[in-house]
Amino acid sequence: MIAPDEIRNKIQAALPGSAVTVRDMTGGGDHYEVEVVSQAFAGMSAIQRHRMVYTPLKDVLGAALHALALKTRTPDEVTPADQEETP
Amino acid sequence: MSRKVMDEIRSEIQEHPLVLYMKGTKEAPQCGFSATMVEVLSSYSLPIKDINVLEDPEKWAAVKEFSEWPTIPQIYVGGEFIGGCDIVREMHAKGELEPVLRKATESKD
Repeated sequence: MIAPDEIRNKIQAALPGSAVTVRDMTGGGDHYEVEVVSQAFAGMSAIQRHRMVYTPLKDVLGAALHALALKTRTPDEVTPADQEETP
Repeated sequence: MSRKVMDEIRSEIQEHPLVLYMKGTKEAPQCGFSATMVEVLSSYSLPIKDINVLEDPEKWAAVKEFSEWPTIPQIYVGGEFIGGCDIVREMHAKGELEPVLRKATESKD
């Protein structure tokens, strides 16, 4: 198990200034849906973006964190309908 | 490593145009992400070579190292790593997956 804040902190440490939304999908504390909005994703492919988020989570992925559904966007790619989800 | 698992992966992805490393089989996926992947890929009516990592822990570890990608499922098209579930689903939704699959399967004929 891993706390949502711990996931958010790890990602934000690697991607300063990013907006990170963490949703526990099952309530069990190990299946999460994570959305990261960062300017650093500009010009990056989906694979590159996902790697940028996986890297700081390397130690917990597959261990405390079983499953991670990931969405990565730049601020420009966020549509108004999504914004209510952003903290 | 006594077994040459990395070499096995290398030949699997060269031999088959579309390879899916997953939990379970395409007939009986054992994980929601793997099930989604099978569902998306099946819509293209192309042969999928499924490899069940749950039956081969050594390969499970090796494939993550091979792609430098920490999660399962993973797909390889034409010998190239394409991504995990979220990326494939997104490419499918945007219509970007079909040309990639088409190209890889045609060049194999």
